[in-house]
Amino acid sequence: MSAPSSFLELRDLRIHFPTDDGLVKSVDGLSFQLERGKTLGIVGESGSGKSVTSLGILGLHKGGRARISGEIWLDGEELVSASADHVRTLRGKKMAMIFQDPLSAMHPFYTVGAQIVEAYRIHNQVSKKVARKHAIEMLDRVGIPQPDRRVDSYPHEFSGGMRQRAMIAMALSCDPELLIADEPTTALDVTVQAQILDLMRDLQRDFDAALIVITHDLGVVAELSDDILVMYGGKGIEYGTSESIFDRPEHPYTWGLLGSMPRLDRERTERLLPIKGTPPSLINVPAGCSFHPRCEYAGRTGGRANTEVPELIEGEGGHLVRCHLPREVRREIWENEIKAKLGPS
Amino acid sequence: MVTYIIRRLVGALLMLVIVSMVTFSIFFVIPRIAGATAEDFASRYMGRSADAEMIAVTAEKLGFNDPIPVQYGRWISGVFVGSEFDTGASIEECPAPCFGYSFIRRQPVWPDLVDRIPVTLSLAVGASVIWLIGGVATGVLSALRKGTIFDRAAMSIALAGVSLPIFFTGIVSLVVFSYGLGITAPGGSFTPFLENPAQWAYSLLLPWITLAFLYAASYARLTRAGMLETMSEDYIRTARAKGMRESKVVVKHGLRAALTPILTIFGLDLGLLLGGAVLTESTFSLKGIGDYAVQAIVTNDLPKIMGVTMVAALFVVLASLIVDLLYAVVDPRVRLG
Amino acid sequence: MNKRSAVAFAAAGAALSLGLSACGGGGGETTPADGSSGAPAAAEAFNAGLEAVFNPSDKKGGVLKMAISEDWDSVDPGDTYYALSWNLIRIYGRSLVTYTPAPGAEGRKLSPDLAESLGESSDDGKTWTYKLRAGLKFEDGTPITSKDVKYAVLRSMDKETLVNGPTYFNDWLDLPKDFKSVYKTPDVNTDSAIETPDDQTIVFHLKKAYAGFDNFAALPGTIPVPKDKDTGVKYREKVIASGPYKFDKVEPGKQYTLVRNEHWDPATDPIRKALPDSYEISLGVNADDLDNRVLAGDLHIDLAGSGVQPAALGRVLGDPALKARADNPTGARTWYTSIMSNVPPLDNVDCRRAIIFAADRVGLQNAYGGEFAGGDIATGLMPPSIGGWKKLDLYPTGTGDVEKAKEALTACGKPEGFETVMAYRADRPKEKAIAESLQQSLGKAGIKLDLKGYPTGDYFALYAGKPDFVKKNGIGLATNGWGADWNDGFGFMSQIVDSRTIRESGGNYNLSITDKEIDAKIDEALLETDVAKRDAIWGEIDQRVMEQAYVLPSVWSKSVLVRPQGATNVFVTGAFDMYDYLNLGLE
Repeated sequence: MSAPSSFLELRDLRIHFPTDDGLVKSVDGLSFQLERGKTLGIVGESGSGKSVTSLGILGLHKGGRARISGEIWLDGEELVSASADHVRTLRGKKMAMIFQDPLSAMHPFYTVGAQIVEAYRIHNQVSKKVARKHAIEMLDRVGIPQPDRRVDSYPHEFSGGMRQRAMIAMALSCDPELLIADEPTTALDVTVQAQILDLMRDLQRDFDAALIVITHDLGVVAELSDDILVMYGGKGIEYGTSESIFDRPEHPYTWGLLGSMPRLDRERTERLLPIKGTPPSLINVPAGCSFHPRCEYAGRTGGRANTEVPELIEGEGGHLVRCHLPREVRREIWENEIKAKLGPS
Repeated sequence: MVTYIIRRLVGALLMLVIVSMVTFSIFFVIPRIAGATAEDFASRYMGRSADAEMIAVTAEKLGFNDPIPVQYGRWISGVFVGSEFDTGASIEECPAPCFGYSFIRRQPVWPDLVDRIPVTLSLAVGASVIWLIGGVATGVLSALRKGTIFDRAAMSIALAGVSLPIFFTGIVSLVVFSYGLGITAPGGSFTPFLENPAQWAYSLLLPWITLAFLYAASYARLTRAGMLETMSEDYIRTARAKGMRESKVVVKHGLRAALTPILTIFGLDLGLLLGGAVLTESTFSLKGIGDYAVQAIVTNDLPKIMGVTMVAALFVVLASLIVDLLYAVVDPRVRLG
Repeated sequence: MNKRSAVAFAAAGAALSLGLSACGGGGGETTPADGSSGAPAAAEAFNAGLEAVFNPSDKKGGVLKMAISEDWDSVDPGDTYYALSWNLIRIYGRSLVTYTPAPGAEGRKLSPDLAESLGESSDDGKTWTYKLRAGLKFEDGTPITSKDVKYAVLRSMDKETLVNGPTYFNDWLDLPKDFKSVYKTPDVNTDSAIETPDDQTIVFHLKKAYAGFDNFAALPGTIPVPKDKDTGVKYREKVIASGPYKFDKVEPGKQYTLVRNEHWDPATDPIRKALPDSYEISLGVNADDLDNRVLAGDLHIDLAGSGVQPAALGRVLGDPALKARADNPTGARTWYTSIMSNVPPLDNVDCRRAIIFAADRVGLQNAYGGEFAGGDIATGLMPPSIGGWKKLDLYPTGTGDVEKAKEALTACGKPEGFETVMAYRADRPKEKAIAESLQQSLGKAGIKLDLKGYPTGDYFALYAGKPDFVKKNGIGLATNGWGADWNDGFGFMSQIVDSRTIRESGGNYNLSITDKEIDAKIDEALLETDVAKRDAIWGEIDQRVMEQAYVLPSVWSKSVLVRPQGATNVFVTGAFDMYDYLNLGLE
């Protein structure tokens, strides 16, 4: 195996969990790349494997019962075969994570300042005083007013938005080169969401970090990402630049995602396009294409949908898609049915 | 935070007042409801050769004919400024703090209690340190090694510890370790700490361990349950994501949060124990408050019983107060209340 | 002796009954011995210390370790009423006369102690004179005079200050009317009661003649107390010794230590050997732990002298090696149930007899602990160790005779039976067992018992011993128990069968025997100078008590004692029915 040139590259990552009910294949063959300064948005429903992927990159599944195979290359280093302790030294320093619910993700008994100081001092041998100064700087950086006072506040004393900013400050405190944000705005009010997204974009620029944003909300992804990876059933099913995917989505699932998104520029009378059915069981994954039970067009694949697992190959939009639909069929469906409904991107 | 402290302090004081009233009622009001007269109270204090006239006079002199609130007031004020008891035959002094005067023993209750408090204190504090450290450590390890042989073995031993009564484990330990092997001190030996710290620890070793065994068990189980809950919280994942060493995650983030309910229980347990570890003191012949209480009950010595009750209640209220305050220090979310 | 003397409670840590098996070989025979204190050493065997001195020796030195699970009333000789205290007190105090330290019945005989010889009576037994020996000194070197003995007796009579202790002197001395107490009326001349013509002579004047006055002279009340060192109720904290040992450490409720009294002159003391260098007495020791320590050899003596706890009992009787270390004395103590002859229908003698006929005597014995630890089934109120005892055969001693009971019921006019209340001491499991056994056995004859438990502390003061409480609540039966103050008829019976001791205000031990014939016989016995004849009269009183069914006796109490390891001169004294504490020594 040879080291790739990109900053972060996943090659056929598989993360399986043995349980009493069977083997849960949360991530089942995932590959993508990411460069410094760029943002990747990972989109999918719950159970698609996106959170497990992020935790896997951070090495948080190591030492547990998970069976991990494949490769995770970070800046020339392969992490799956690396020791758990070595990966730990990278956590927080080289790669950091911002979690979904900052109220439960931060320890209730310690002040925000103390937690940032703690994060900083794990990887830097400095005195508490120096670390505290740094913490105040970080709080200021993320836009928290009166940072020298709020550094001694407890998580429960912040408003939702401020709390998330503090969480971001903590994640960035050691100047990480890879930042993963897991549903960073899901727990916040809509008005605050925009602020946080702005903040994240600014900070990414300043820190020149690679950013992965995990979300089920396409609106967030549209704002921030350079590239988009759509995940379904533990696999990537559509992968390309953000522009390309919004312009010309190729996978029926992606059509469904975009169609079920309420948009202001669409006519009210037009119905949303929900995706029928429920996410697949990760233990008993449907044979063939894992999406086929829910796919309106599965019948048009010439019987391959329920027998063969499709590969990720280049489609017409200029990006990768994992689908059995023949090109012509897909183009036809796109021109006649979908394009109009999805409207201008 | 200040309001919180003040409210707790006021609450504690109120509790003490209520306890004193209840104690007083149990001994002096309820018997009256059952039909006891002032003379009945007085005759307890006299020898059996007293006649009806002497008893009536004594009843008057000791104030049993006064209205209840007056009697209560006299008793309470005695705690602060001391008191005198005129039995007709003599006037007995009872200097402050006067928790009562034992006519059977012919001496005030307080000096005896003061003598015995260090014994109970030594026993309770020593054992509590052992069971806290032992129990919590076992619980943490069990939680981290959930389902392993260590976990199962530890929890089974814990069950034994909780189930075996101390008057059994105590007597048996004495026979095996003190009289059989001769490695621990025999029952009834106690050297005050100030006299000889090494001897003090040696004399208390067996009672400490036996008593701690009883409590360590429940603390191990509690800690285990608390740890299992805490370690599955989100902030643990965050701590790991920051790159913290697992041992530090467990102790600084996990244990710290799991400890708060244990703290509450510890405070109450210690408070109750300070009020007299009756069974342990009896079994090991330690002259503490608990032993004093037992003696008082067996000899039906009312003032002693009342004195011990008040002192024990004081400890429990105090412990409860300290726990409340400590809780606010440990868990900042509580300070708003 | 009052109820508290021979019963030691286990503290709140209950004793686990590891088998109250009364099994074990050889139902309690005693090794035959000649009973004199010069007898040869007995080998380790069951009851070896009962009639002979076990391990005799004159070796001096060592520390004698004693312990007790409860406390007793006080170490003040004028303020104590426990048998163990009267036994122990002779180490640090000398009375006018005392019990000879010899095993068995010999131990009941009196020997002169402070006095040169037993008392000289005159004035038909109303005056008694004693002459003190020469060379007697207190622990500080001051000489002991007859005035010190007089003062001791007078102060012991102040029952308001020194509430414990017997009241024999109060009842018998011919005191002037204006004398109240040495503390309140110190200047009143009391020569009409006690005279001290010179420093060596003391004369007692009684209101009524009593031929057994030497028994009074043996009481701890005659142990001398120096007036200038008397601190009243606080004297117990610093008792001035007249015996071979004095107090070193005094921590009431915790421990006492005694060391040698250099001013005690062995030349003045023919009965004491004073072997140990010191005594260590620990109080409040857990009862089961105490037994274990005695068995292990860590302690010498259980001061209470009432026997091992049920937990150790099984071990001692079951293990031949341990049983060989045990002695099983019968005490001068009877456990019985008073039948109230002033509460109807028990005012009729046949109704009372019915109760005794119906009672399951064996069941009662078991309730007290069976053959070894409980005692022998009592056929009369007086125990066998009291002079004048006769074996009575008035009632069956089986498991209850319903036929005879029904006959007696018919004779008293209640052929269908009757109902009455039975009182017992609630915190004494044995008495509860007695009550339940009687409820069952009497029930078979139609006598219904309503059981009511009362607290021990006030049992005699406020409940069973208070006549109007008894009448108001219709209490027909009440558990009771009595140990002799000293082992003769007067010492045992006087407080419990004499109607003139009954007080309306309560605190009675005679719960309801008012029989003019008995009172007359008591007066006769008091005047009888011949010991054998006197004893016989008490025997007759016992018979009348049983004929009139005033009392249902359960057992004459026995206890199982364990001899100490490493001690010498171990024997059971007939004076207290426990090991004699006077001449114990160390190996």
